[in-house]
Amino acid sequence: MTQTHESAAHDHLKFYQVGSFAIGNRLLPLEVRSVQADPERNNAITSGHRACQGCGEALGARYAVDAAFRAAQGKLVAVNATGCLEVFSTPYPETSWRIAWLHSLFGNAPAVASGVAAAYKAMGRDDIRVLGQGGDGGTVDIGFGALSGMFERNDDVLYVCYDNEGYMNTGVQRSGATPPAARTMTTQAVGEAPGNPFGMGKDVPRIAMAHEIPYVATATVADLHDLEAKVTRAMEFRGARYIHVLVPCPLGWGSSSHDTIKVARAATQSGLFPVFEAERGDVTAVSRIRKRVPVEDYLRLQKRFAHLFTPERDEEVLAKLQARADRNIARYGLLGPDGDIEEGIAARRDELEGEGAQ
Amino acid sequence: MREKPFAITLDVGSSLANHTGTWRTERPTYVHLMPPCNNACPAGENVQAWLYEAEEGNYEQAWRALTADNPFPAIMGRICYHPCQTACNRAELDEAVGINAVERFLGDEAIAQGWRFHQSETLSGKHVLVIGAGPSGLSAAYHLRRLGHEVTIRDLAPLAGGMMRFGIPSYRLPRGVLADEIRRIEDMGVTFELGQRVESLEEPLDAFDAVFLAVGAQLGKRAYVPAGEAAKIVDAVTMLHDMEGEEKPQLGRRVVVYGGGNTAIDAARTAKRLGAEEAIIVYRRTRDRMPAHDSEVREAEEEGILLKWLSTVQHADAGKLVIEKMELDESGFPQPTGETEELEADSLVLALGQETDLSLVEGLEGVEIEGGVVKVDERMMTGRAGLFAGGDMVPAERTVTVAVGHGKQAARCIDSWLRGEEFVHPERPALATYDRLTTWYYSDAPHKARPLIEPARRQGTFDEVVQGLDERSAMYEARRCMSCGNCFGCDNCFGVCPDNAVKKLGTGAYMYEFDYDFCKGCGLCVEECPSGSILMVPEEG
Repeated sequence: MTQTHESAAHDHLKFYQVGSFAIGNRLLPLEVRSVQADPERNNAITSGHRACQGCGEALGARYAVDAAFRAAQGKLVAVNATGCLEVFSTPYPETSWRIAWLHSLFGNAPAVASGVAAAYKAMGRDDIRVLGQGGDGGTVDIGFGALSGMFERNDDVLYVCYDNEGYMNTGVQRSGATPPAARTMTTQAVGEAPGNPFGMGKDVPRIAMAHEIPYVATATVADLHDLEAKVTRAMEFRGARYIHVLVPCPLGWGSSSHDTIKVARAATQSGLFPVFEAERGDVTAVSRIRKRVPVEDYLRLQKRFAHLFTPERDEEVLAKLQARADRNIARYGLLGPDGDIEEGIAARRDELEGEGAQ
Repeated sequence: MREKPFAITLDVGSSLANHTGTWRTERPTYVHLMPPCNNACPAGENVQAWLYEAEEGNYEQAWRALTADNPFPAIMGRICYHPCQTACNRAELDEAVGINAVERFLGDEAIAQGWRFHQSETLSGKHVLVIGAGPSGLSAAYHLRRLGHEVTIRDLAPLAGGMMRFGIPSYRLPRGVLADEIRRIEDMGVTFELGQRVESLEEPLDAFDAVFLAVGAQLGKRAYVPAGEAAKIVDAVTMLHDMEGEEKPQLGRRVVVYGGGNTAIDAARTAKRLGAEEAIIVYRRTRDRMPAHDSEVREAEEEGILLKWLSTVQHADAGKLVIEKMELDESGFPQPTGETEELEADSLVLALGQETDLSLVEGLEGVEIEGGVVKVDERMMTGRAGLFAGGDMVPAERTVTVAVGHGKQAARCIDSWLRGEEFVHPERPALATYDRLTTWYYSDAPHKARPLIEPARRQGTFDEVVQGLDERSAMYEARRCMSCGNCFGCDNCFGVCPDNAVKKLGTGAYMYEFDYDFCKGCGLCVEECPSGSILMVPEEG
């Protein structure tokens, strides 16, 4: 459908009602609309997959792969570690994938992706791009050695980790990405310190940065424009790149299926999940918190933290979790010069929301 | 058939064969809810719908959507007390959308561009007489004409507009704007018979297929104020009416206006513009109990109008008044204190309310009068078949916008009645309350106020006080609309579905379709819809 605009203001007024917060926006110039707003988008994972209702990973993977697909002009090969994403998308003999897609073992997806990249290099095909992907179990724990090797060698792979903070398809066991105090099958909410212990686990985006690879970023399913911009940016580099995407899991987190994006948003707005990007080991941009919320607003949406509120509030643990968020806020400067200003990742968002704050 | 790899026995198939829609117990559905602005509009304007067009810069479509309900956007954009903005959900986020300012912009744009109403294509052959060319009568004539009826409008005054011309001062409503919007109705083929007194209703009720009576409330209430012979006392309605004539009212240097409504404010501001050094409003209660609209009181104060609370006029003499102080009793009623003071005044203007001239309907068979106004049923028909009434002469709040709404409602009911049908008001959808919205998605954007001309400059002139928005500001203001309860095409449902179960059919509102073969019923689209335009409903069976 074509619009006829009678107005001159339409072309230069930079205030767009929902700006770039919503998926699409009929008022935005075409070139800055999201991949997901395109009715002809690739839909890398098509309908009929077996992911749970409201699955954050199915959503995050489509967002990321569709953006990478566009950036690679359709010449994209994905290598997928074993995990939820693989299980729900490819029950033999069906597949949901509409791209070239390889399934690897649980622990070797980064190595297989390195191999695919090496093979194309040997064939002289630098037009074909390689995407490695897996959940936090396959990335943070089991495949970590292969991942670190891929980083160290600076293999030409974009690796995307869909972090749902546990081994979900095998029945919600703890992983190295499970946050402290969370209840899982293996860290039950019993005893003196219920849930996952404090002081364990690893911060893989920062470990990736320590490898000084060209590009590292974090993102969530709550901010599509940011996620797409990061995938697009990552595809501009050659060498090893890493994007860590927070994807809430209604099953494992005990959140409502309709709250998946709300939970991810609360994770970022509380400071518990810092959203930033880094090049060659240095943070280059952060997504500032727009409407700050206490960690409680995030925790209360999830049954895995229910023991912090019933039968009585566990003030000590709540304070420790708030301190974690506060530390992120200080470390990454998430509140910026003014905690109330609306600002997304660097200047990309300023351009689209600029006139609102006048 | 291609040879299969080792241990592979089945062909590769797509997961599209797996209809996950069977998992669902509830299904998402697109809805149209009632936005609070529309709900609050006495003229029933579909505010959200015309703002939607203005957001894109499609001003003519916006104006056409607006005038489907109200033919006077340029007038409304100046004198409506915009209950839409009081109801606006955006007020809970930052500030209400400046709906009234955008309406004025569209109205002025229409005048500048010369947009005209479309003629009705088929004529009914019925002829309706409208008595009274005020907002209610003009609105009825406009809507009746749109519905294909022949319309004649009669008024005693030499010019059309009613209280919009003879009550509202020109610094609030320039007469050129009024004339332009009335002329547009005339151009539709409505016959105006001005300067004609209707003596009786019996003849018109015979001659016309239906009659709409909208003579307003033009008689100023006269409270008894003991006065000396030389005291100059006028009523505000007459005074404001005389402003339209050759002879402007002579009020002197010190003018006291008695009353607390919008008419009192109009009278005081007019007096000041006529050259009074001092214009004082005397009101028996306190400011918060004043029926006058806040913005008018504020503008009056800025112009140097003095306000005297808790006071009544006890006695009027040449050059002075005796004022008695009042105090509020426990139930909030003002009670006399016996304490008095003198106030210099060359004239006293009474603005104590208005009454309807009921001489036309008194004694008319079937018509009931109650509390000084005419009783009508829900079809706006009096007890006399074919005689409808509206505006200030029936029980309702007395504003121009309410009158315009009456005109529309009456036109629809008259139309149904002429066709021998009963007008059925369309069912009102549920209200789009603030808690239904996901406000995260709306960009932060404070309200752009309309500029006012400097108070010092306005006192001596009848130039318009409130200025319009430029195009850029009007579009900005329109884009602050949250489109409560109505899709505005943000693609969130299309984007956030983990199952690709939303199809996008084009660009714009409601250009989506659920694919129930695959929708698992997670409800993410409902939760993330900014405007609350999707609801979950249980699956049947």
